[in-house]
Amino acid sequence: MIAWPAPAGLALALFLLGLLGLLTRTNLIFVLMSIEIMLNAAGLLFITAGMRWGDPDGQIMLILVLNLAGAELALGLVLLLRLRSRLTTLDGDSATLSRDAP
Amino acid sequence: MTPIFVISAALAVLTTALAITRANPVHALLYFVVSLLCMAVIFYTLGAPFAAALEVIVYAGAIMVLFLFVVMMLALDQAAILRERDWIARPSWVLPLLLVGLLAAELGRLMLRGGTQTAPISVTPQAVGVKLFTTDLAAVELSSMLLLAGLIAAFHLGRRDP
Repeated sequence: MIAWPAPAGLALALFLLGLLGLLTRTNLIFVLMSIEIMLNAAGLLFITAGMRWGDPDGQIMLILVLNLAGAELALGLVLLLRLRSRLTTLDGDSATLSRDAP
Repeated sequence: MTPIFVISAALAVLTTALAITRANPVHALLYFVVSLLCMAVIFYTLGAPFAAALEVIVYAGAIMVLFLFVVMMLALDQAAILRERDWIARPSWVLPLLLVGLLAAELGRLMLRGGTQTAPISVTPQAVGVKLFTTDLAAVELSSMLLLAGLIAAFHLGRRDP
């Protein structure tokens, strides 16, 4: 039997790891991956809540989170490819000027 | 507390920590896929078999493989990996670690205060499907709109430069 604080604590740990990655890494691949980690932690929290109350809503919210993660990642990857075709690097710090050159 | 849950939880945290500290993006993504598989096992032990299947099929199988393909298409050279390694070694981790630790302390304290422990209740895929397609139909429509918007935006942004 698993009490609910254990998976909730795991979700907390994973969310904080994702936040740490988002704050420290400048490579845009890792930024996108950190966002995925945080979304996944939120999904785990929904599943935990669904387990706690025995309600299917938790899993329905996980499906919505999966949709959001898919849409967000597709757009992020397209933007990543566009950036790569303009710059030689994927460093987020070097993409400070996103205007067209005059 | 089943041992399966403890093992996969520890593995999930470990592989996620490895994923955000690697210099090579492909290694990091593969660690993250392992973390997602651990998460699927955790979902199963929490009494959500449908969510566990979705996590493996959609998340690890589709979304992460798409991510991996794009990263391989970018063809990162050795210089990029060396630069990334240089970034990781810098002391830029100190302040974010401090901030995240503070947040962890606050949230952990809040979570430990209210502690009523109940047995988990298993939710069958049938219950999820019935609820999703009867009372929560608006959520399905909303997510279809979100996916359509994502599709159109990806198509628009992905065109070649004129």
